Amino acid sequence: MREILEILARDGHATPERIATMTDIPEQTVRERISAWEAAGIIRRYRAVVDWDRYHSAGPTDLPETITAFIDVSLVPARGVGFDDVAARISRFPEVRSVYLVSGSQDLRCTVTGTSLREVSEFVSQKLSTIDRIRATATHFVLKTYKRDGDAFIEPETDHRLPVVP
Amino acid sequence: MKPLNSVISACPPSGIRRFFDIAAQRADVISLGVGEPDFVTPWRVREAGIYALEHGATTYTSNAGLLKLRELVCAELAGRYGAEYAPDGNCVITAGVSEGLDLTLRVLLEPGEEVIVPEPCYVAYQPCVSFAGGRPVPVPTSAEDGFRLRMDVIEAAVTERTKAILIGSPANPTGAVQTREDLAALVALAVKHDLYLISDEIYDRLTYTGAHTCLSALPGAMERTVLLGGFSKAHAMTGWRVGYLCAPRPIADLALRMHQYTMLCAPHVSQLAAVEALSSAGDEVDEMVADYDRRRRVFVKGLREIGLDCPEPGGAFYAFPSIRSSGLDSETFAERLLHSEGVAVVPGNVFGAPGEGHIRCSYATALPLLEEALERMARFLRQT
Repeated sequence: MREILEILARDGHATPERIATMTDIPEQTVRERISAWEAAGIIRRYRAVVDWDRYHSAGPTDLPETITAFIDVSLVPARGVGFDDVAARISRFPEVRSVYLVSGSQDLRCTVTGTSLREVSEFVSQKLSTIDRIRATATHFVLKTYKRDGDAFIEPETDHRLPVVP
Repeated sequence: MKPLNSVISACPPSGIRRFFDIAAQRADVISLGVGEPDFVTPWRVREAGIYALEHGATTYTSNAGLLKLRELVCAELAGRYGAEYAPDGNCVITAGVSEGLDLTLRVLLEPGEEVIVPEPCYVAYQPCVSFAGGRPVPVPTSAEDGFRLRMDVIEAAVTERTKAILIGSPANPTGAVQTREDLAALVALAVKHDLYLISDEIYDRLTYTGAHTCLSALPGAMERTVLLGGFSKAHAMTGWRVGYLCAPRPIADLALRMHQYTMLCAPHVSQLAAVEALSSAGDEVDEMVADYDRRRRVFVKGLREIGLDCPEPGGAFYAFPSIRSSGLDSETFAERLLHSEGVAVVPGNVFGAPGEGHIRCSYATALPLLEEALERMARFLRQT
């Protein structure tokens, strides 16, 4: 059953019919499983993996460029909840794309996106830094994305194979 | 000028060449004619090759190959199949199975001795027998029973000049995987007539419907079997030219002697990359195998849906459907399909007479391309 998830995680477009053929699991079972996982929040949603750098470099576009920054956050822990309450609070901002509790000199590593440096900076200084128990933040702006979540945004390799080989 | 070698002159050039030339001229061709993975070598293996070059691994190795690689190969064969070979004495690292096969045949054969070769089979088997001075004796297998080895047919071909039987399982071009029972019967037959067995197991990791049976691990087989394997298919390393020959000491010793004078050693960088492949690329292989299996199911189902009978291929990455329903012979079918729809396949007759009426389609191609190829083939079949 895990294979169904693996196929979908790689290709959200894969139809139940196709997955059934690939795995030899009855199509009805595949449908039921997917519905159950969707209902249980195991499959949260389906989305496309977009190389935004390539989109923007392809010429003038309708969308402003997306600026991404990694924000390292140092916290004062609180009795009973540790960092969880502040982390949850930070996670609620739509500008915040990811939040991790990490080992090392900082406590949280967040990813924040915006449409300009100023927007991201303001978000950090106005919203994040002012949250109670946040001791310090360090902002690292992303200059270029080479690989994200297992997808490498580099030129695909050419197929060197001869067209017909015994 | 004096005439050139008569045996080689008499060997017809590969029947695939013509299709290659046509396919190479068109840009829109989807090729299902490729006998190698569409994956490139896993990055960690390539990285090991780069590292090896950076650190000057540009020399010869020992003739038998790096001891570390032989140890890994033998440990793998013992662990996976229970085939026990000594790294020092039973194992020679070769420039792919191709060299291993050539060495084996030249070590085993006296001029005029016969090698029984079940067909359809890989295109090099019979020429290699001839080049080694032997005489290939093709025997048929058929799609009706999934290209099983037929012991009665093989035994009927045995003469007092028969020296060996040469098989490949999983097979190119049929994708057929021989069962443990049939292989055990083959071993019994070889024992009965005192024949050597040559087993090309280059596709051993690519089985989908049951575990691979290593021929030499079967009771009674070890002393008369030469096992040929390599990294080309499972590890997507065709261009590195590295494989192995495992055999009883007397055969391995002579094979090493020939290898020493003809090849000297397999490429050093490739051997180091193969060490990396065996020591740490297991996950990548499993992922590739899982991916081939999914494509296999989609492609075979698709072939059947467009009206082509297709025996279930249990291994390798080939489907070998029958095209008899089209009323065309294999070559005409393949040539017209290439011309009218730009899909390159290999006509089955190039793999021996029983391959006539079939085409070999490799599904080592990305799924969207396989689907597009199926659509084009369906259109072609409607017009024929």
